[in-house]
Amino acid sequence: MTAAAPPPPLLRMTGIVKTFPGVRALDGVSFEVEPGEVHALVGENGAGKSTLMKILAGAQPADSGEIDVDGKRVAIDGPRTAERLGIGMIYQEFNLVPDLGVIENIVLGVEPRRGMFLDKPAAASEAAKVLGELGIALPLDRAARRLSVAEQQLTEIAKCLVRKARLIVMDEPTAALTEREIEALFSLIRKLKAQNVAFVYISHRLEELPRIADRITVLRDGKAIETRAAAQMPQDDVIRLMVGRSLKAHFPDLPPVAPDAPVVLDVRDVSAVSGVRVNDVAFQVHAGEIVGLAGLVGAGRTEIVRAIAGADVPTKGEIRVDGAQVVVRSPRGAIRAGIALITEDRKAQGLVLGMNVRENTTLAHLGLFVRGLFVDKSAETQTTNTEIAELRIRTPSAEQTVRNLSGGNQQKVVLAKWLIGHARVFLFDEPTRGIDVGAKAEIYALMVELLRGGAAIVMVSSELPEVLGMSHRVLVVRGGAIRAEFARGDATPDKVIAVATGVAA
Amino acid sequence: MADPKVPQADVKAVMDERAGAAVAQKRRAALLRTGGLAAGFLALVLVVNVLAHGNFLEPQNLTNVLRQITLNAILAVGQTFVIITAGIDLSVGSIVGLCGVVMTLVANTLNLGGPGTFIVTLLVGLAVGCAAGYVNALPVVRLGLPPFITTLAMMQIARGLALILAHGQPIPLANSTPFDWLGTGYIFSGIPGFPGISWQVLVMAVVAIVFAILLGRTAFGRYVLALGGNEEAARLAGVDTRRVKTLVYVISGGCAAIGGMLLMARFSSGNPVNGTGAELQCIAAVVVGGTSLMGGRGTIVGTFFGALLIGVLNNVMNLLAIESYTQQIVLGAVILLAVVLDELRKRYLAAR
Repeated sequence: MTAAAPPPPLLRMTGIVKTFPGVRALDGVSFEVEPGEVHALVGENGAGKSTLMKILAGAQPADSGEIDVDGKRVAIDGPRTAERLGIGMIYQEFNLVPDLGVIENIVLGVEPRRGMFLDKPAAASEAAKVLGELGIALPLDRAARRLSVAEQQLTEIAKCLVRKARLIVMDEPTAALTEREIEALFSLIRKLKAQNVAFVYISHRLEELPRIADRITVLRDGKAIETRAAAQMPQDDVIRLMVGRSLKAHFPDLPPVAPDAPVVLDVRDVSAVSGVRVNDVAFQVHAGEIVGLAGLVGAGRTEIVRAIAGADVPTKGEIRVDGAQVVVRSPRGAIRAGIALITEDRKAQGLVLGMNVRENTTLAHLGLFVRGLFVDKSAETQTTNTEIAELRIRTPSAEQTVRNLSGGNQQKVVLAKWLIGHARVFLFDEPTRGIDVGAKAEIYALMVELLRGGAAIVMVSSELPEVLGMSHRVLVVRGGAIRAEFARGDATPDKVIAVATGVAA
Repeated sequence: MADPKVPQADVKAVMDERAGAAVAQKRRAALLRTGGLAAGFLALVLVVNVLAHGNFLEPQNLTNVLRQITLNAILAVGQTFVIITAGIDLSVGSIVGLCGVVMTLVANTLNLGGPGTFIVTLLVGLAVGCAAGYVNALPVVRLGLPPFITTLAMMQIARGLALILAHGQPIPLANSTPFDWLGTGYIFSGIPGFPGISWQVLVMAVVAIVFAILLGRTAFGRYVLALGGNEEAARLAGVDTRRVKTLVYVISGGCAAIGGMLLMARFSSGNPVNGTGAELQCIAAVVVGGTSLMGGRGTIVGTFFGALLIGVLNNVMNLLAIESYTQQIVLGAVILLAVVLDELRKRYLAAR
């Protein structure tokens, strides 16, 4: 060591290799993080971001490769080791214990003790200290299940800080946050940076990277393609590097709705009471039309489409498909009437993860494949393979368990499930959440295809550009009711946000 | 990997080929597993046979093993459906007792001639078993109560009812003739050197095969697996989850009724304490057979082999004159070993 040598980086991963059955997930990836840096890690689904971070967090062992922390070689053999090294991990699906309070969650596993017993006052003051330093207000006694998404995330961050984390990995931290919450998160990250805490920031929302990232590393097919200062990496470059080809305009051209297009979906004064209360919602969607439901998280958009699809039973109102009244008492009834709901949470609601691609694809329309008493598996396979080809689902075969597919491909399996039924009405709830750019473009193209076939589409999305770019009409939802309607040309971000936040009626 | 430049028709062709290959590979793997299992089993059997001075492979002993596992295997078949939905049915042992008593009472009051008495008795027994299963399911599907509790309650209630109806004593069949064939009869016993097949064993085989097909080949079976894997996803896909869930408990109760019938026929009486402890035995067979208690995964074939393994083990230990207390420990160890091995196998497959 000479005195002139620069200080070693906080983290250096070198030549990391990880192989799964049939896939080389990481192919000699090298990656560095400096103290106090926000290092964005981007790439399509399946590029290897999650695997790399799981290795760092000790959740999975690498096949080969080296990890240095502060210039010293380390062997991360489990989550505890990672924690000791000052590495904190915040997964997209949080790891909070739902029935424990904020304080208990923050100190979980590192509870201060007095003798044999838990020292609750010490725990409370420790939690309050960490939160206080950052100027975060959280309801300390509230059970985690009753916190908002943003509050849960703050609890996770506090958990890392109590453990003296110097490097925090965040996986899609803004996916479920409102714009205001995102701004709060970013200012918190900046505060922590000033205290020399570093971040690895994984996100599909490329537009937010210039606001928060210092450097960007692009992963593709298990290789680190390029690392550059964020200022020298415009969004177009990021996308080109991610997909290995240049991707033009994000949104396809929507075919115009024919002036005489018939009404396909007619929602009349529907109310429902599960979750956010839905009040007297009425709107129509024509053949070949996409109606976007804009609004803040918690505005009741999901509840509206769930009521239409029978996922929650409406207490009042009437739903018509192609003029015929639909008895929506269950999802079953809605499916029969030609209504398909593509839910926002594919793992919890869209897929049976332990089943294979074929079984998931045919689940909603299994009746089509029953011959006599039995399910005809070869007919199922035929249909599934057609969908795999049309939707470009990346899977070794129809017999692959969907748990083993990447997020974008899982979402395509959900779509395949609804496409085989020739539904008339498609309700998309956050169809591109947590999905890479390439898969997004494919899903948009598919929506256009459905329009050409005369389908009616309702799309709920928290990404304003998506709602504005992919809708013929935009309905703004607040408090479980529709507050405004804009035609495609009139819908501007500020107008929509004004109504959504209640600034304008 | 589907390359965007490859035309879709080609992708489809590749996928068709791969699906065929995947299915073939699955079959090979299954064959290998079953083959390996069978080979291991055979080796064990030969060793045991030598140890037991050649008594194990006696045809009479082998038929005994099969006869001894009938009740457990039939209960385990029904239990498999319940456990695949991540539920549990603790009431089956008591339903066995209750149905036996009810059927004996019915048979003793009927005067329809042989076949008539038999059929009416069977139908009444099935109705009681299925009704008990329906009552088990009601609070589970309507209120979301845990099946552990509702079936525990039914376990007490059915046992109590059986004891009240029978005044705490076994009731002999007034006329056992209509049931003797099922209790002690054999078919194909005319062939020289072949002991024949007990009707009890045949009933077990039919139950196992019918329900294996129901689970593996029908839409209902697929729905049971989907419901166990992810109930909300199944519901949103239009599966009538309440109905499917109700039916699995009805199936379990119905299997218990068949078990009760076999015991009544074999002993020519309805004993209110029949089936005591049978619920845990059959759960053991299901688990040893590779069905996940977390739901979503399981097969009837596995369950049958689970019941067979436990039966063989019991028999062998008897032949080797191992005392019954030690037998309990061995059985416990085998159950633990089975689930540990299954877990290790899963981890090995996941890590590969």
